Amino acid sequence: MIAFWVLAVILIVSAVWTISASKPVYSVVALLLNFAALAVTYVTLSAEFLAVIQIIVYSGAILILFVFVIALLGSGVAPFAMGPNRLPKIWAPAAIVIVAAFAFFVYAISQAAFFAPRVPKGPVGTANAFGSVADFGTSLFTVQLLPFEVTALILMVAVIGVITLGGEQMSDADARRNEAKVERSMREAILREGGD
Amino acid sequence: MPAPLVNYIALAAVMFFIGVAGVIVRRNPLVMLMSIELMFNAANLLFIAFARVWLQNAGQVFAFLVITVAAAEAAIGLAIIVTTFRPEKYVDVDDVRTLKG
Repeated sequence: MIAFWVLAVILIVSAVWTISASKPVYSVVALLLNFAALAVTYVTLSAEFLAVIQIIVYSGAILILFVFVIALLGSGVAPFAMGPNRLPKIWAPAAIVIVAAFAFFVYAISQAAFFAPRVPKGPVGTANAFGSVADFGTSLFTVQLLPFEVTALILMVAVIGVITLGGEQMSDADARRNEAKVERSMREAILREGGD
Repeated sequence: MPAPLVNYIALAAVMFFIGVAGVIVRRNPLVMLMSIELMFNAANLLFIAFARVWLQNAGQVFAFLVITVAAAEAAIGLAIIVTTFRPEKYVDVDDVRTLKG
């Protein structure tokens, strides 16, 4: 119970920090803290395999991708108030919408009935317990085989999409370079005629 | 169960709506994508909390699927951001008006 409250405070503070940081790099750091705390939360919920996946995929792959793109774009150079990171412009309507949605959500929770949780066979970390790699893998490759295959399809679509976007950018760069060359030769021709 | 299920639902709701606030308020596409990741993670937290309560690891498998979708979304979204904002000086979603005609 104490662990839950500590983790909840870390999660909420880091989430707020993520959306309010002045530079995207700070957001990435806050998000890293959030994901690490979430991984610990998953362990307390006896989902140890997913905690490891959370660290590897989210903190390892996705956040590094964000850092690469930030380095590539050099974003966040404009001042906080006027640049792309300005915050207060639609602050009031956003707050109203979000508070209303959250109030509706709390009302829906208060109307729901909850079952008492069942007790797993062993503590977290024991072999073949609920949420362990063996348990998760058995379920993934037998009962949940179709979602697993759909996962493969989604990843393939993502790879094709990224290659398409990247290739488009490259051909665009080529066209732009050609354009610049044509323009330069035209300007040189005009200069030559003017000289004559 | 370390804490009642209602606590986890409330925590996930708070995280989700912080993500919604980020998407609505921020105009930096990178931070907007990070807010979307926050929302994905709130959903994941719910999946895993319910899986733990009912001792059904279908919820965990679905959280795994959500992580895959989030990875694909981040890859494609960041590729789009790079292709769109490479020539721009500032990264601002409001500057993208190509589709307005």
